[in-house]
Amino acid sequence: MKNTVLLGALTVAGLAAGTAGAATLDDVKARGTLNCGVSTGLTGFSAPDANGVWQGFDVAVCRAVAAAVLGDPMAVNFVPTTGQTRFTALASGEIDILARNTTWTFSRDVDLKFEFVGVNYYDGQGFMVPKALGVSSAKELDGATVCIQTGTTTELNLADFFRVNNINYEPVPIETNAEAQQQYLAGACDVYTTDASGLASTRASFEAPTDHVILPEIISKEPLGPLVRHGDSEWGDVVRWSFNALVAAEEYGVTSANIEELSASAGDNPELNRLLGAEGELGAMLGLEPDWAKKAIMANGNYGEIFEKTIGEKTPIGLSRGLNAQWTEGGLLYSPPFR
Amino acid sequence: MSDTHAQTVAYVRDTMTEQREPPLSQTGAYKWILGNMLSTPLNVILTIGSLWVIWSVLSHVLPWAVLGIWNADSLSACRAIRTEIYGADASVACWAVISERWPQLLFGFYPPEGYWRPVLAFALFIAAIAPILFASLPRKMLWLTVASPFVMFWLIWGGTVWAPICIALGFVIGWAAIRVAGPRIGALGSILLAILVPVLYWVVIAGPLASGLSAILPIGLDQVASRDMGGFMLALIIGIAGIVLSLPLGIVLALGRQSDLFLINKVSVIFIEVIRGVPLIVWLFTASLLLNYFLPPGTNFDLMLRVIIMVTLFSSAYIAEVVRGGLAALPKGQYEAGAALGLDYWKSMRLVVLPQALKISIPGIVNTFIGLFKDTTLVVFIGLLDPIGLSNAIRASTEWNGIYWELFVFIGLCFFIFCFSMGRYSLFLEKKLRREHR
Repeated sequence: MKNTVLLGALTVAGLAAGTAGAATLDDVKARGTLNCGVSTGLTGFSAPDANGVWQGFDVAVCRAVAAAVLGDPMAVNFVPTTGQTRFTALASGEIDILARNTTWTFSRDVDLKFEFVGVNYYDGQGFMVPKALGVSSAKELDGATVCIQTGTTTELNLADFFRVNNINYEPVPIETNAEAQQQYLAGACDVYTTDASGLASTRASFEAPTDHVILPEIISKEPLGPLVRHGDSEWGDVVRWSFNALVAAEEYGVTSANIEELSASAGDNPELNRLLGAEGELGAMLGLEPDWAKKAIMANGNYGEIFEKTIGEKTPIGLSRGLNAQWTEGGLLYSPPFR
Repeated sequence: MSDTHAQTVAYVRDTMTEQREPPLSQTGAYKWILGNMLSTPLNVILTIGSLWVIWSVLSHVLPWAVLGIWNADSLSACRAIRTEIYGADASVACWAVISERWPQLLFGFYPPEGYWRPVLAFALFIAAIAPILFASLPRKMLWLTVASPFVMFWLIWGGTVWAPICIALGFVIGWAAIRVAGPRIGALGSILLAILVPVLYWVVIAGPLASGLSAILPIGLDQVASRDMGGFMLALIIGIAGIVLSLPLGIVLALGRQSDLFLINKVSVIFIEVIRGVPLIVWLFTASLLLNYFLPPGTNFDLMLRVIIMVTLFSSAYIAEVVRGGLAALPKGQYEAGAALGLDYWKSMRLVVLPQALKISIPGIVNTFIGLFKDTTLVVFIGLLDPIGLSNAIRASTEWNGIYWELFVFIGLCFFIFCFSMGRYSLFLEKKLRREHR
């Protein structure tokens, strides 16, 4: 291949190199595609299907934003990122938005100079044990061997939890979730701990899922959400309100099935009219088309529909809404008003 | 005397006895087994022990692999089929993941209607490398070799046909500079000229020229972004580009390290020691993360290109040391013989020293190449979807969550085929080039 790749790609890179200034929204519109950082593969949240099309709960957020900004939910370049590369990719402008089940923490928000635009999934760290172990609470795990991914917050949470409860454990460090599944099934550890959503999807992949139980204790708060760079609040607003539109749509009963009908003419609900662009100028304030929210919702449906399709109780992962239910139903999802 | 003797012997054989087969215990497999495996009590024990180990491994692995299920669309479907055919306790492979994700494992997210392009590029690579590898092929095929990098680049990345042509033109200009200006301004001057003129041409003229030509005659293929490439295609692109680029660079570095010129010598030594002294994964992280901070914001410097550069630099440092070993193994007389023939430095290197030094270095060079090819899997840590990265992504889909060994066995097997054939070629080359004992 000699020097050509080098020189050819240099030329291409030189020609293609745009100037990504502060105005991300303008860049995205000029480019015609949204660069979205996702996980290289996390069950239910982001994974390519057999045709190479990315699917999942985090992916749906990117598609909604792309639909709102560009009118096309498929106009997304998915950039697979690892735990190590995700923040640099966002900071350097390689991606416009990072939707990679990233926990919203103080230091990431403040010190790393990112802006979390919301929480799309409230997670927490849990434990899974074989039923045969006869344990019903994490506090009975004295002396257990625990499979845990190294270099994550789960490791620190685990140490805190066991110290506070004054019990001992023996960590079995593992690198990836897949490795953890193998180790756990082979009996290398009594307990597997990671985010509860991860435990559920892991358990769902077992031959006999009912032989394993997820213990009731959730020992940490893991609010996962999409984030953007500091210093471009206009773009942050676009992403935040695109996501809020999905949440609000569920609250007001707007689904991908009835959205055409509801948006055809202004109805009785003024907030709904504003959301769908029949009244007011919310789209123009964001620098988008009047029907931006409608397109965002039509991309994959409202928040509840996305949840059901990707990780909900009807999927093999089978997560219940729990904390991720609307505030009207005892959950934490609460979109500020569209006014 | 003879008469009396004739009376005393009753029978004299007057023909030779016919040749007979050696006894069973002295031939074939029987003798070999008896002699090598069952000759002493200890050997008998060892043989039985080994057979037992082989049997216990194969009796688990073979049924698992051979009875594997090829047609299913998810792991749970696989398990259902297995329960139906073999019963719930059987452990069989679920190869269906390979058959379903086969194009993805090979090409990543390359557009399916364009699969012929990388395949053709790979076939072209085989055809282009053949005259270099096998001296018996016609020399005219070398023109294909010269043209192939540009054609392959165009086939894989697409875009206008004029871009690679205009870039190739730069090399022609450089070559012309040596031929035309060489006799007048001397070797060093013409080398500098051959570097300066094409670089100026690429920076200033090539871009506008290519876009101008493509505006007049728009011939081209659909452009495919680097991020859409994955799987074995990615491993092969990085591996082949790294191998092809690092060999010349490594040879130059090795010569530089032997050079008497202070600056060249020290630069080569520092380059080799620094690159070699740091793990490849660190260089990859540098390429993917640190460079982003140094480059001006918004620069979209292709990640795959950055990886290829890093992999090339890394393995060229190793090649340099391997070649230096070959150079050091040559007796001093060879260098002196070259000088005595009146050859200048480059000619004596090209005609006398390097052919011998490279021949000695072949096993080491191929060893480095095999290592390089396998190291391409490290790009998984910077988010590129090479076969290992894709296996994670495949496992993340709800259909195939929980599948493990099948993917790794498949990937391992593919890598083995590539690396083993490289090793066999190196053996062939060593045999062919063996001159001492003729």
